[in-house]
Amino acid sequence: MSSAPTESEKAAAVKEIETAVKAAWPRYVPWAAALVGIVLLLLLWRPLMNWISSQSWNVWLGALAQGLGFGAVAIGVYLTFRVLDFPDLTIDASFPLGAAVAAAFLIDGGNPTLSLFLAFIAGALAGIATGLIHTRLKINGLLASILVLTGTFTITLRTMGQANIPLLNAPTIFVPFKPFFRDLFVEQWGQQWVRVHSNVMAILIFFVIIALLKLVVDWFLHTEQGLALRATGDNPQMIQALGVNTDRMKIVGLAISNGLIGVSGAIMAQYQGFADVNSGAGLIIAGLAAVIIGETLFGSSPLTRATTAVILGMIVYRTAIAVALTINFPLPGGVTFRLEATDIKLATALLVLVALALPHVRQRLKGQES
Amino acid sequence: MLITRNLGKTFHAGDVNEIKALRQIDLHLPPGDFVSVIGSNGAGKSTLLNAVAGVYPVTTGQIIIDGQDVTNWPEHKRAAFVGRVFQDPLTGTAASMTIEQNLALALKRGQKRTLRTGVTEERRQQFREVLSHLELGLENRLDTRVNLLSGGQRQTITLTMATLVRPKILLLDEHTAALDPATAHKIVELTNKIIGEDQLTTLMVTHNMHQALHMGTRTLMMHQGQILFDFSGQEREGMTVARLVDMFAEVRQQELADDRLLLGT
Repeated sequence: MSSAPTESEKAAAVKEIETAVKAAWPRYVPWAAALVGIVLLLLLWRPLMNWISSQSWNVWLGALAQGLGFGAVAIGVYLTFRVLDFPDLTIDASFPLGAAVAAAFLIDGGNPTLSLFLAFIAGALAGIATGLIHTRLKINGLLASILVLTGTFTITLRTMGQANIPLLNAPTIFVPFKPFFRDLFVEQWGQQWVRVHSNVMAILIFFVIIALLKLVVDWFLHTEQGLALRATGDNPQMIQALGVNTDRMKIVGLAISNGLIGVSGAIMAQYQGFADVNSGAGLIIAGLAAVIIGETLFGSSPLTRATTAVILGMIVYRTAIAVALTINFPLPGGVTFRLEATDIKLATALLVLVALALPHVRQRLKGQES
Repeated sequence: MLITRNLGKTFHAGDVNEIKALRQIDLHLPPGDFVSVIGSNGAGKSTLLNAVAGVYPVTTGQIIIDGQDVTNWPEHKRAAFVGRVFQDPLTGTAASMTIEQNLALALKRGQKRTLRTGVTEERRQQFREVLSHLELGLENRLDTRVNLLSGGQRQTITLTMATLVRPKILLLDEHTAALDPATAHKIVELTNKIIGEDQLTTLMVTHNMHQALHMGTRTLMMHQGQILFDFSGQEREGMTVARLVDMFAEVRQQELADDRLLLGT
């Protein structure tokens, strides 16, 4: 004997249908997307072909390559700022230092893979210097890192012997792969593909390197030592009560962070074809921007997600810069405004400022409401 | 298990703000002793605990734990012997890390931390086992981040962490003071259970007279950096909260009288 359905049963039925629809619809999404894609492709075939042959999309490849190349900077900044809760400016020095050490080593005919390890060690030493000054001499973290940053400038310059070392004919990490990619692009389609071919090559190699670095960092942060490092940033009082020397952990964290940034300096120098003593200026803000963008867009929990997110954040950041540099803003009176590369720093600083200030501003607005 | 000899701690020595927080504390805790410490604010209770834990160096005297003179050991080295629970439930755990990660940190208290994975399946099993005794269902939430838990749950985990590796001495610093009465009661029960099971040597600071008399085996009353009374055994059995409060008040009166004498009123 069945009675009329009660309100709660009705609600349950509606909910069931809703969940069934929710469960089902993602299955249609790829098909619908593919269909729309095919239609768009047919409609836009000609302009697309024109666009491809114009190679203006190479800008995007370049941005992707740079994003991956600077990816280790994002991980490094994430480690110090977020995991360790330590505002470390040494980053601006360990990047050119890594570049310089790798460049000096390469022009002497050194092994390119080994050059990355040397860059890591050089960066790590800079980080250790900051850590020792901060923990042993009780000097404020920011000041300690600025001291090291200033001093390292001289060391970087001495390492290179000049402000800038060209690496055009050096045996970089790319050299072994060049013939393969030349065959793939330039030999097939002509000389205008040179820039594309070098970007594609950089993207693939950088992807492998940054993926390896990310996996190693993820692994480390889940070891007993790594957990102690994270707890040092989270709750120093507690982890000290559990027998961890927080000073030591800070030094370890700074070493790893700056080592990674040294590697980034080394691979970017080999990509750009030169090492420059000034290449690290303002890098900390770029790294912070990447961390903030990455966490906002791609999430920050769990930790393994965060390390991927900040790399993606760096890619988004480099892409945004690349796009911003290609746009002409029409102004009244027939004048067009173009962003120059030198304008990027102000834009980045403003972006980071807004992101850092937002929680505070929001709280104040909330306070006024109530 | 714990011996302090002539322990003294002076803050801001030589300054107008000089505070003698501890004066000549001679304390002896045999193994298994569970001592509760009471006293008014500024009596030196927390200073005593922090001195034993090694948060700051002492001005005079010696601290000996299990026969080892640890007076000059830094805090992180002393942690091998000492388990601690703090007043603020937020202090004892790493908020952004999961329950199992916090427990894994505690599992290595005072031991060398390696480059092996912190949370292994074997350890997870161990954590589940330990947490299941708490009957809070936390054993099914091992991968929950601690900042999603209530103050009481966090304090429970801190207590578990402090005793996960058997400490030679357990220091409890008003560890129920920041909790609501019902939660505080649960933590008290859990404390009694853990300490009773493992026969842990414990030093507990409390503001709660009832706790001071009914938890543990011995009660100390501190005043102005000194131990005023030390009850145990029959004397403690016969003590009531009312009498303890009276004694407390008496000490205060004495203090006020001294002040009047000093001020000439």
